[in-house]
Amino acid sequence: MQTSINEPMEKTGNASQHATLIQPLNGQSLNGVKTHISVRNLNISYGNSQILKNVSIDIPDKKITAIIGPSGCGKTTLLKTFNRLIESSDGIKIEGEVLVDGENIYGKNVEVTNMRKKMGLLSQRPMPLPMSIYDNIAYGMRIHGIRKKSILNERVTYYLKQASLWNEVKDRLHQPATKLSIGQQQRLCLARGLAVEPEIILGDEPTSALDPISSQRIEEKFVELKDQYTIVMVTHILRQARRIADYIVFMYLGEIVEHGPAHELLENPREEMTKEYVKGVIS
Amino acid sequence: MFWRKFEERLFNFLIRLATIIIIGCLFVIVLTIVVKGLPAMSWDMISKSPSGGFYLGKEGGVLNAIVGSLYLGIGASLFALLLSIPVVVYMNVYAPTHSKFAQYIRISLDILYGIPSIVYGAFGFLIMIYLGLKVSLLAGIVTVGLLVLPIMARTMDEVIRTIPKELTEASLSLGATKWETAMKVLLRQAFPGILTAILLGFGRAIGDAASVIFTTGFTDNVPESILQPAATLPLAIFFQLGSPIQEVVNRAYASALILTIMILVISISSRLLSRRFNKNIIK
Repeated sequence: MQTSINEPMEKTGNASQHATLIQPLNGQSLNGVKTHISVRNLNISYGNSQILKNVSIDIPDKKITAIIGPSGCGKTTLLKTFNRLIESSDGIKIEGEVLVDGENIYGKNVEVTNMRKKMGLLSQRPMPLPMSIYDNIAYGMRIHGIRKKSILNERVTYYLKQASLWNEVKDRLHQPATKLSIGQQQRLCLARGLAVEPEIILGDEPTSALDPISSQRIEEKFVELKDQYTIVMVTHILRQARRIADYIVFMYLGEIVEHGPAHELLENPREEMTKEYVKGVIS
Repeated sequence: MFWRKFEERLFNFLIRLATIIIIGCLFVIVLTIVVKGLPAMSWDMISKSPSGGFYLGKEGGVLNAIVGSLYLGIGASLFALLLSIPVVVYMNVYAPTHSKFAQYIRISLDILYGIPSIVYGAFGFLIMIYLGLKVSLLAGIVTVGLLVLPIMARTMDEVIRTIPKELTEASLSLGATKWETAMKVLLRQAFPGILTAILLGFGRAIGDAASVIFTTGFTDNVPESILQPAATLPLAIFFQLGSPIQEVVNRAYASALILTIMILVISISSRLLSRRFNKNIIK
């Protein structure tokens, strides 16, 4: 793996200060909104094929950002660079920077486990851990050193309520998580992610395996949670992006074609490719 | 039309034939052991050491071999398990996906699996001479442990490989280390498969005759220390079958019956036990 440091970027180390210092890309303003994740000149290749080509993007703080684009365009790869899950593949080459709170997460002194703790992940298919409902939520807290039963109990309850799951499971906390319906499992995964107190929620098509009603509940949850968390989600459903996204990134063949505030990008796309995608000519 | 029908009939016939041969073999083997072994079976057989020598002796029993086999089987399985777990965890968690090195380990294990057990015996014997170790239970445990290592490791490996990658990612994204992910999530999820692997290894360890001739030796006494030689059931059966005295030959079948029942009891009881742990497994 290779990580190059790009000099033009300020390395102040001060998160809040840094966030305001980042130059908006391509003259597109984030309307004065703070940036939470900045990607700079990111190139990812696997063998001879380049998956991401010189990607630079700023993800706004405490907003819902949707990454859209046809399948195979690198959406999921981009998402997985944010918590370094991408590097678990052999022969993958990563160049460029991903800054979270102003710190390059591919830097030498970065503790991967601490960095990942900042981000909750929701995968396409809900993946509860092979343990009880309670233990699923407590798992992350336990590995980060919380052992006291009373604290665990209190927090498990709190985060289950946060994910709107408490009322459905309060009488069967010690039953296997697999007994839950698939929609409930995804909310359990959300609660599990929130329990390690992240700043960012990453969603990799988090509703694609769910029925319409469960999908709607996840969407509502995201809208509710965006006051406290930065949410980045990959989606192939344009209408979903239209419904909940504040900011949209459109990718095609490993490149960012266009990005901007949701209504602007959807109503008045500047690029021909985006126009076609939004119209449904390409998908 | 005629040809297609004929094909279908022929294949149907072959299916039935193969099934009958497989079940028939099992039936005939068990029947032979029971019919020939049961008359020679007595309480003495399982509670006493042989008197008058295992080759000519009609008195006493095979307690020495029962105890020796149990020690050897359990010891070798534990030894193999201690080596298998790190190898399997490395291949599936630490090594990057599609890792070439992990692939080499798999090929090595497959080759090791194909090596005849007498070669392991000879190899163990050479090592013993080099280390100045005498024929003993310890030497047998190490040799047989290495013999069952490939089958145990590869069986576990195949089970863990079927676990979806998203489950590993779910644990990692909560900030868990690879070690925590392997121990608390993957091994738990793979538990039934790991148990099968241990049982397969145990079955081979307790049933192998060739690898123990040079390493564990044979004795009429129950071993009192790991540095003493020990008798094993397969060797006892081998010696008894070669006896010119008919009563001793019959005792060989009784010994075979004991060995079969031992494996059966351990296999069934551990499967029943594992059901209690399986409820959390995600499907």
